[in-house]
Amino acid sequence: MLLVVNTAAVVKMSVELDVFVGNTTIMDKEVYQLWLNGYTVSDAVKVRMEGGVMEECEASADVLLSDTMDQFRTFQMCERLLQNPAKLANQLLFQIPPDRQAMLIERYYAFDDAFVREVLGKKLSKGTKKDLDDVSAKTGITLKSCRRQFDNFKRVFKVVEELKGPLVENIKQHFLLPDPLARDYAAIVFFANNRFETGKKKLQYLTFHDFAFCAGQLINNWTVGAVDNMVEDMDVDLDKEFLQDLKDLKILIADKDLLDQHKSLVCVALRGKTKVFNEMEANFKNLSRGLVNIAAKLTNPKDVRDFFIDLIEKFIEPCRSDRWTATDVNLYLTHYTNSAHILDSFKHQTVWTRYMGVIKSCILRMYHE
Amino acid sequence: MPGKLKAKIVAGRHLPVMDRASDLTDAFVEVKFGNTTFKTDVCPKSLNPQWNSEWFKFEVDDEDLQDEPLQITVLDHDTYSANDAIGKVYIDIDPLLCSEAATVISGWFPIYDTIHGIRGEINVLVKVDLFNDLNRFRQSSCGVKFFCTMSIPRCFRAMVIHGFVEELVVNEDPEYQWIDRIRTPRASNEARQRLISLMSGELQRKIGLKVLEMGGNAVVGYLQCFDLEGESGLVVRAIGTACTLDKISSTCPAAVVPNLSNSSPSKDMKDSLQAVPSTLGCRSTHSSPVHSASSRLSQGFSVSVPTLLFAGMGSGGSAGKEAGPLKALLRQQTQSALEQREFPFFTLTGFPVGFLLHVGGVVSARSVKLLDRIHNPDEPETRDAWWEEIRQEIKSHAKALGCHAVVGYSESTSICEEVCILSASGTAAILSSRFMQDGALDTEHRFEDTAPPACGFCHIPYDELNMPFPAQLTYCHCCRRHKVPDVLFTTIDVPTEASITGKGCLIQARLCRTKKKAQGEGNATAISNLLPFLEYELHTQLLNKLKLRGMNALFGLRVQISVGDTMLLGLASATGVYLTALPSPGGIQIAGKTPSDLTYEQHVSNMQKKINDTIAKNKELYEISPPKLFTLDPDAFVNINTEWVEEVIGSPIPESRQRSRIFRSHSESSDEVLELDLSHGKKDAFVLEIDDTDAIEDIHSLLTDAPTPPGFYSCNTEIMPGIYNWTSSLQMFTSVRVFRLSNANLTNQGLNKIFNDLCENLLKSLYFKLRSMVPCCLCHVNFIVAVPEDELIQVAVTAVAMSLDKDQTQENGRQSGDKTLMKAITENEEQLQFPLELSAECPSNPLSSAKGLSEVSGPLPSARAPSVDHSSFTDRCSSWIEQIRLKAHTIRRGSIKTTSSLEKSSPLPDSRSRSLRSNRSCPSSSVAVVKMTPLSFLPGTKIIKYLGIINMFFIRETTSLREEGGVSGFLHSFIAEVFAMVRAHVAALGGNAVVSYSMKECVFMENPNKNQAQCLINVSGDAVIFIRESELEATPSQTQSGNVQTSSNGEGT
Repeated sequence: MLLVVNTAAVVKMSVELDVFVGNTTIMDKEVYQLWLNGYTVSDAVKVRMEGGVMEECEASADVLLSDTMDQFRTFQMCERLLQNPAKLANQLLFQIPPDRQAMLIERYYAFDDAFVREVLGKKLSKGTKKDLDDVSAKTGITLKSCRRQFDNFKRVFKVVEELKGPLVENIKQHFLLPDPLARDYAAIVFFANNRFETGKKKLQYLTFHDFAFCAGQLINNWTVGAVDNMVEDMDVDLDKEFLQDLKDLKILIADKDLLDQHKSLVCVALRGKTKVFNEMEANFKNLSRGLVNIAAKLTNPKDVRDFFIDLIEKFIEPCRSDRWTATDVNLYLTHYTNSAHILDSFKHQTVWTRYMGVIKSCILRMYHE
Repeated sequence: MPGKLKAKIVAGRHLPVMDRASDLTDAFVEVKFGNTTFKTDVCPKSLNPQWNSEWFKFEVDDEDLQDEPLQITVLDHDTYSANDAIGKVYIDIDPLLCSEAATVISGWFPIYDTIHGIRGEINVLVKVDLFNDLNRFRQSSCGVKFFCTMSIPRCFRAMVIHGFVEELVVNEDPEYQWIDRIRTPRASNEARQRLISLMSGELQRKIGLKVLEMGGNAVVGYLQCFDLEGESGLVVRAIGTACTLDKISSTCPAAVVPNLSNSSPSKDMKDSLQAVPSTLGCRSTHSSPVHSASSRLSQGFSVSVPTLLFAGMGSGGSAGKEAGPLKALLRQQTQSALEQREFPFFTLTGFPVGFLLHVGGVVSARSVKLLDRIHNPDEPETRDAWWEEIRQEIKSHAKALGCHAVVGYSESTSICEEVCILSASGTAAILSSRFMQDGALDTEHRFEDTAPPACGFCHIPYDELNMPFPAQLTYCHCCRRHKVPDVLFTTIDVPTEASITGKGCLIQARLCRTKKKAQGEGNATAISNLLPFLEYELHTQLLNKLKLRGMNALFGLRVQISVGDTMLLGLASATGVYLTALPSPGGIQIAGKTPSDLTYEQHVSNMQKKINDTIAKNKELYEISPPKLFTLDPDAFVNINTEWVEEVIGSPIPESRQRSRIFRSHSESSDEVLELDLSHGKKDAFVLEIDDTDAIEDIHSLLTDAPTPPGFYSCNTEIMPGIYNWTSSLQMFTSVRVFRLSNANLTNQGLNKIFNDLCENLLKSLYFKLRSMVPCCLCHVNFIVAVPEDELIQVAVTAVAMSLDKDQTQENGRQSGDKTLMKAITENEEQLQFPLELSAECPSNPLSSAKGLSEVSGPLPSARAPSVDHSSFTDRCSSWIEQIRLKAHTIRRGSIKTTSSLEKSSPLPDSRSRSLRSNRSCPSSSVAVVKMTPLSFLPGTKIIKYLGIINMFFIRETTSLREEGGVSGFLHSFIAEVFAMVRAHVAALGGNAVVSYSMKECVFMENPNKNQAQCLINVSGDAVIFIRESELEATPSQTQSGNVQTSSNGEGT
């Protein structure tokens, strides 16, 4: 198409140089998005033509090409600053109104769900980066865009990794991201740091936001920072002490009396309240063993990685095959958690609450009917 | 030691990594002034060093203070090898030398390197303690204020306008010194930057001295240029207008009055006098320059082409006869005041009301010189003589137009190897003596002084009986008393008092002519021979395009001629308007050669139809067809009428009987409009004969000009007449394009088309870029064309896009529902009760005391045909007069025109941008917004302080062109860097805007094969502090302290 566009002009002259510089840097959101999506100039021009901007403004293809090239160049020049958003605010080269700056940053750090699902929990290493062309082929996202998104993840990870204090706040402060995006990045960093497995077939049905939600739960409840904000430790690692304490929960399944007692308490509470009562009753011990075993194994990094797959295999799948509804699951987990508190011989109430709170919300989020 | 300069280096940030091993930098700073250098400590291993140095003190003469810049060099300390320079900052300390300008320079400056561009920033504090020794004989001129602004700056009042000052300094160009062979490009560039900075300082100081000598205290309309002559040297020259300015206290409302005029499109009289004999070719509307193109040989080689004396064909006779003795006396005074001056030139383009009495027309002169013939290249004498010669010529042109002064005066050069074209142009005018008398009058008196009528400047300034060329004169359509030309070309801005029908638009004439490659004198001769044709054709094109738009006057005319090895480029830009006082332009009629065959006839009539359609469309587009105005209550007119009649007693002409005509004419207005619309093309004023190839070209170029897209207006003057609803949202920009002509064997036509397309496409691109600002107006559109190499054409545009208020675009200001405007309306109506100034030229007229707020002028009785002696007319003239007489009978109605000077003409204090600010704005946005505009004001704001002139020169060079994104990437970042450095300097002076910003020079050279490019840019402007009018109201007792960092809010420029 571009060839056609230019032939008329090319015959006798060619544009050697073409720049436009405004005192306030002009940036078209649409073109910015095309650039972020990794389009080439000519592809971007095509998209814009189809978008009808020409008819709107009586512009010719030349004009569109010139504008697109110019803006792409501007974005390239800005990219260095976008990689360090704090600089964008006090650099002098481009005069960009604060709301525009925020938009530029937010969009630069935005990512595709399809892409993030592919790299979530993977080590943000050169090896992973090399495989991005496969990701690109699989997701249909341009390699250029994949690289940008990957580099963003890695950059945020590198900066935040060593910082003390709350993860989300650190990200907000260093990358000037809005709260929801900062939370997403916190999840990405958290997953990358703990290398949670998210790629297995059984996990495929989960969206990034499912994982991000779970990550939020884990960050808020299972890290050191969750207990005590003053502790000068990182938010990205799970609370080792807590993981150690989780071993104590084993008593719930190891002690036969306790297990029976627990089961009967739950059954009493649930009788007549759910259609799957019988299945629940039959499965109680299995399910309880599953959840408690997950807890007990979390001191081992390998098992931390398998946390989500374990939740699915040990709990979600059995429930699903028995056709539990989400309400059933909710009901069961509520009473399962609460009943343990009534058990006289069970002394680990705090740890139990801290553990089950997260487990419950994660399972509920992951339980797609 | 009359001065102590103090500098403190605070900190740096974002420094580049200079040590690859540690990824850090060991930075220190050298501070140099004159021959004294201080150093800071090394701040090891940091990209954000904190030096917090002591105060470095320089004890220096104030002469040096004016000439020298403060030079700050940031270096990376290296224990084993030479220290690496990171970059430099040059700080012009001139603003600190004026007591009323900035008091301290403090802020972050980009650290600039000519090879790498901006490399981090440095925080610097600079102060100056001046010891007073005002009475001593001295070489310095500290305290003289400089303004780039082309009119009296907003917060000042002109006490006396002294006149022309000029100066020129020459030096060897460092790039052509022998040492350049052995030094690095960086050293060479820095030597050049420093030299030009020094020369600019010296130039300013010398001009300041001249101003002091004249008794002034300021230079307004300061225009500085540099000529890179190559081997023969580097010239920095400047012109300006010396004034004595008086600061207006900030509460004085006069300062708030923006330079706008709210002229309502008044019902124009149907032009009964547009009778140009149809036999007249386009050529006869103005004198052909060719016959008078004299070639003189002086100093090597020189051919000067006198101006095309457009428009302004005079009947100063009217003044002589009708004006009272007082008027004549005043005129004599002015005359003598001006005659004392060698050059009665004024670089101003906007004037205090009442200063400009009559405008004659554009005068220009060009001269071709050979640079290798300069006897003593290091001395300025030769160039001085060249310019002197040109100025003399301009002066004599002005005289020929019956004018004693030249306003809107500017000078320029175009150099191609050893050939240099010097150009000067301006507008011949007659000025009031009001601002020229020394021993200033009491200001009150001044305001009471009779303001000339709004149409006064259109009246021809010289003797009708001694017209140097044939022209058509008619009686002024406003006052009906004086003669006006049929078209008026000027280089000035639209006077505030001018009454304009409809809106204006940018009009460009573009021309490209091939030239044989030649050397030396032969080349100069070839160029000189081409020049008159080029100029003539440009003017023809302008005139055609003007007529095509149904307009009758050009303002801000700027003709640029650029010379290359194989071609000459001509670009004339101006803003076309319909001056209510001037007759309506006739249509354009095409005449074929002797009607031969049918298809040809068909062709001609097709073209004719196209042209007629275009004219009709344009009239609609620019709202030129006199609208049906005056839906106002007729009672109001009765009021006016009676009051007027009462007060008019004693005035020579009007009688109440005549007044009553006004009313009748209104009722008849509707059919008048019809008639008018049909008239063009048939009654044909203007004939293009297309058997002449030039004319075909003309017609083509006429019809290829695309109209501006909906929602856009454009002009090259300060503001667009007919638009009042400015918002404060604006965007200044620079756009540069370079085109390569790949086919060397181009014909003139081919070249023309390319050049024309190039400019049109560039404009189209601008409109597209700025579409989000619609409705908006591109103001002060300034094109610079150049031929940097064979087969290359470079066009650079700088302009400002200003948004208009959407809700009012279609409104005429006075019909708006907006509260402020409502207020304006009521006041306007009140003002109608005070009829003003019937007669322009009678200073004693008691009616004009209310200084031109509104004006009602009636028609002259038809019987009052020119009472001149016909016998002395040429045949054509007398036949023409006959026509006037005949047509005069058809005058049936008068025109009523209300002009209100606008105390509130930029009615929209910006309120929207603020609310748009996002809640989640970025934290720590430490960079204050600095607005930039080529205009002298910012709509909706008030300039409360001028901080000094910004005049900066930068060179950027690269040896890794491809890596920097090719030529476009290279120039893009350079222009962005220049903007950044201007903003940083303004912010450091405590300012928040640059007004009257202009890019004087953009010299771009490339060598893609060597992967190299170099660019030189020179920019200037006035650093100011402005506050929003809305804020002003809130805090009326705003003090003028230096740090009004008011609007660093979201919306920026």
